[in-house]
Amino acid sequence: MQSRIKAFPWQELLLPLAAVVLALLIGSVLILYVGENPLTAYGILFRESLGSVRNIATTLQRATPLMFTGLAVAFAFRAGLFNIGAEGQLYLGAFAAVWVGISFNLPRIIHLPLAIIASMVGGALWASIAGFLKAKLGVHEVINTIMLNFIALFLTDWLVTGPFHGGSWVPETVRISPTAALSRIYPPTRLTTAVYLALVAALVVYIILWKTKRGYELRAVGLNPSAAEYGGINVPRNTIIAMAISGALAGLAGAEQILGLNNRFIVRFSSDLGFMGIAVGLLGKNHPAGVILAAVLFGALQTGSAAMDRLTAVPRELITVIQGLIIFFVAAEFLIRRILRLKEEA
Amino acid sequence: MGDILAMMFNTTVFAAALRMATPLIFAALGGILSERSGVVNIALEGMMLTGSFAAMFVTYHTGLPWVGALGAMAAGALVGLLLAVFCIRYRANQVVTGTAINIFAGGLTVFLLRHFFGAAGTSPQVPVIRDITLPVLSQIPWVDRILGRQNPLVYLALVAVFLVHVVIYKTPWGLRLRAVGEHPQAADTVGINVFKMRYVAVMLSGALAGLGGTYLSIAHLSRFSEGMTAGRGFIALAAVIFGKWTPLGALGACLFFGYGDALQMRLQDIGIPTQFMNMLPYVLTMVALAGFIGRAVGPKAAGQPYIKG
Amino acid sequence: MAKVLEMRAITKQFPRVLANDKVDFDLEQGEIHALVGENGSGKSTLMSILYGLYQKDGGEIIVRGQPVEITEPRQAIDLKIGMVFQHFMLIEPLTVAENIVLGSEIRKGPFLNHKKMVAEVERLSQEYGLQIDPEARIADLSVGLQQRVEILKALYRGAEILVLDEPTAVLTPQEVEDLFQVLRTLKSKGTSIIFITHKIKEVLAVSDRVSVLRRGKKVGTKLTKDTNEQELAEMMVGRVVLLRVEKGPANPGPEVLRLDGVTVKDQFGQVKVNNVSLSVRRGEVLGIAGVEGNGQSELVEAIAGLRKVAGGRIYLGDQDITGWSPLRIRKAGFGFVPEDRHRRGLILDYSVADNLILGIHGSRPFAGTAGIRNQGKIMEHAEELIEKYDVRPPVAAQAVRNLSGGNQQKVVVAREFAQNPDLLICSQPTRGVDVGAIEFIHQQVIAQRDQGAAVLLVSAELDEVLSLSDRVAVMYNGEIVSVMPIEEATEHKLGFLMLGGHPEEYGAGEVSGNAEQN
Repeated sequence: MQSRIKAFPWQELLLPLAAVVLALLIGSVLILYVGENPLTAYGILFRESLGSVRNIATTLQRATPLMFTGLAVAFAFRAGLFNIGAEGQLYLGAFAAVWVGISFNLPRIIHLPLAIIASMVGGALWASIAGFLKAKLGVHEVINTIMLNFIALFLTDWLVTGPFHGGSWVPETVRISPTAALSRIYPPTRLTTAVYLALVAALVVYIILWKTKRGYELRAVGLNPSAAEYGGINVPRNTIIAMAISGALAGLAGAEQILGLNNRFIVRFSSDLGFMGIAVGLLGKNHPAGVILAAVLFGALQTGSAAMDRLTAVPRELITVIQGLIIFFVAAEFLIRRILRLKEEA
Repeated sequence: MGDILAMMFNTTVFAAALRMATPLIFAALGGILSERSGVVNIALEGMMLTGSFAAMFVTYHTGLPWVGALGAMAAGALVGLLLAVFCIRYRANQVVTGTAINIFAGGLTVFLLRHFFGAAGTSPQVPVIRDITLPVLSQIPWVDRILGRQNPLVYLALVAVFLVHVVIYKTPWGLRLRAVGEHPQAADTVGINVFKMRYVAVMLSGALAGLGGTYLSIAHLSRFSEGMTAGRGFIALAAVIFGKWTPLGALGACLFFGYGDALQMRLQDIGIPTQFMNMLPYVLTMVALAGFIGRAVGPKAAGQPYIKG
Repeated sequence: MAKVLEMRAITKQFPRVLANDKVDFDLEQGEIHALVGENGSGKSTLMSILYGLYQKDGGEIIVRGQPVEITEPRQAIDLKIGMVFQHFMLIEPLTVAENIVLGSEIRKGPFLNHKKMVAEVERLSQEYGLQIDPEARIADLSVGLQQRVEILKALYRGAEILVLDEPTAVLTPQEVEDLFQVLRTLKSKGTSIIFITHKIKEVLAVSDRVSVLRRGKKVGTKLTKDTNEQELAEMMVGRVVLLRVEKGPANPGPEVLRLDGVTVKDQFGQVKVNNVSLSVRRGEVLGIAGVEGNGQSELVEAIAGLRKVAGGRIYLGDQDITGWSPLRIRKAGFGFVPEDRHRRGLILDYSVADNLILGIHGSRPFAGTAGIRNQGKIMEHAEELIEKYDVRPPVAAQAVRNLSGGNQQKVVVAREFAQNPDLLICSQPTRGVDVGAIEFIHQQVIAQRDQGAAVLLVSAELDEVLSLSDRVAVMYNGEIVSVMPIEEATEHKLGFLMLGGHPEEYGAGEVSGNAEQN
């Protein structure tokens, strides 16, 4: 039986941890620059985000959409694809959800799942465009997904200020029917059952990738498309499937924002949830468990930054800077290995 | 019908198109230099934003907008250096690093804005680079209303297109640049320092993008506000692709996109939502990439770190 | 004649192989000196050292009487050594003139002097008889013309010593003739030329002297006029130590694989497999001998469905499988050990167990309803094969990346053989594999044959082909030049054919007494 047990790769945790620590260190330079004590500032940051049940609830709410977009990016990465388009996919998913939410009046047991499924479909379809272009025409998905982000933004912009305008002077739709809304877990925070959905999604991603034939094929395509082709795997088809699933996950982020957080589609509601998903995915080493943890970290940073902003002279944008730095360090694995004097991968 | 045509083809719109296009032109030229050397530059947005902030900041402290412009170019070049170091030296993925820079620049500019100027979301007003009237061009009828009186940066942008074109196609450095982006190993075997060329190209791209940002904060407007680039860096990237990685092509694309921008408001009056005009650059780029209007293929080696031996 | 170049006792050690073992090589002024050997003989390594791409571990280089250290190409160029690589170093969208001057551009102030560039290229072109249009884009040129540009690049930099690495590998027969003409012209102008090749006919056609390398050592240097094909073949291939595997006679049954006039082109439209017909029967091993690069890879990939067939048909049993997808061909009873296990055969970051089911991962018992994988069965399967094929270390869950080359190959072999396919193709099956594993794999090949598989063996290792095959074919320049029963195959005959000899001409050497004495 010895051959079946794989040792837990502790070293895998080291690199993301180092990236975060380095980023926080550089962040503390900025804190010093504005005349504050890094320990105080970070202390407030973490206390206000994780120090009480209520804070944790807020943190989890902030983390939820990032869990979804992080899973989306991580899933695509596993299949060898760069999904920079989570932002656009979540907008489409959000719109699909809001459309179902405001257009029908069904019993909750149908309405809510329907809205959630709609968000998955919306995101999946949007992502499949880029997937199809890659699979059939060989166009790299990076630029296409970036372009689709903007197209989605303007498309939903128009839809929400035009045909689906809520009627008031605010650029948003009407509220969704209560039968389509996710329930709050810990009022007055805005944490909803979406977080359970996210955990389930992470589990499902894990199962798909490591426990199914489809996942075996997707990961094979991501690791070595030539060998995958040799092994009879249909590379173009798997490309499209991977993008579709990735898009569906991003669409769920949209669902959380509409069905959970705002209950209506507010124009430009996403502040970089899609891009942060890239950071979360990378930091989580493209593994569902890592993504959840990374999302919680980022959620904590965002929640805590508001308090830190209020209570110290440190602007909340420090967090954005730190998040950017984390991505730098995660991407430059080479650099971290040098710093930590780790053996380089062959 | 005549009304619509008159609305679309008049000197006011053309003049506005030129102004809208100017920041895009600078950024696109930067993008071309970087990509031609083999480094994909998704960070044009972050570089422009940094330039916008730096231009405002330096002008605020010196009172001299042209010095501000230089500051913006320096700041942009520094961001370029950051991209270059991570991508070339540490072989980080170019797309991820570019995204990181965009996020980082977005955060840092607002961080500094709030630290220095409080929580307003915009900076105080600063002196601007004023429009000028060109002696010859302002005498030609019809042309004078488009090109006769514009911001110096507009004229500079057009000159820059010409300069970059000449440099890329008519100088030894430009030849080497193109070689390095297509087949770095071949360039290496004839003794060209691939790394150095890429560093220079990426830093130049930062400087140019910074200049594009300058136009936004101290020429077009007179202050810096949060996120004022509003995706222009990505439109510039679209222009690079749509213009097939050539300065003249990019100029055409930028003018076209600028024209669409200028037309937005007017088109809305006849029922075309502005958002569709906004979408246009991105849709067109996708179409170009898919090959429906002739295949748009970039420098062959773009995106891969060069590993010697 | 004055020696313009001397390389003395050159030694180069790579992690697992001694590529050059105290090799001596010299070049006289104005001569064309052929450097020959099979793959892995060390000829390319030797020249790469000369050009500064590799650093030697021992020995010295003397250019025009002066000892030199060459640590990078710039220095070689300064010493007037020019190299034309097998894979061209040309920038496709740029013109001929631009490619030639790149790095040493002709300027006019800060600008490129376009007119002078073109004029200079034309001048060189005329002087050396290398007709070319300076303004043509590289992407629009034929391979033969691209090669001219490479030669002109070297001449532009004043090369007096010109090294050409397998220059005819990519040329048509006519282009080869043109090239030889060019070389003769260059020679008449005083250029000294080193010509790397494995094709004996070319050696005899154009060179003054020939040096033979074999497995990193220099075998000898001869005046071309004093030698012939037989002798060169013997020097190149040598006295082969045969690892003869124990096997009984073959019992061939009906035909399993048939190729009818199959033609395969590469992505540039060049014909790599030219109208090949062959047949393999149940219970026999057909070995295809040949130096790599003569179309074997393309042929095998075409059969596997990994490459498009430009002409002809392929039959597996009585089914026409031309154009079928790789999956469909596998399911029809096809197993394939690819020549490049890292690129095609394995997913290095997957575990041994996961690699052992590549190709059958979607079928029962490894995946069941809803595609859920059956870890238990996968592990069982892995443990069984690990034991049977003696994969070390015997840990099914470890990444295959951590295994040695030989064990990695055993994983590939185990996977493909365990399916008991009707048709089994093994391409360079023991490359990079240690001796013990080689023997084992050979035994397994015979075992498959005896169980009734039709085996197509493609190998550049003559001893392997001779040891395992029941029938032997030789592939040269994309064609099957000869097929014979194993009894008729000797290493000399095969070596001769592999290096371009004509079947009818073999045997002429026996009369002159150069044949091997047993």
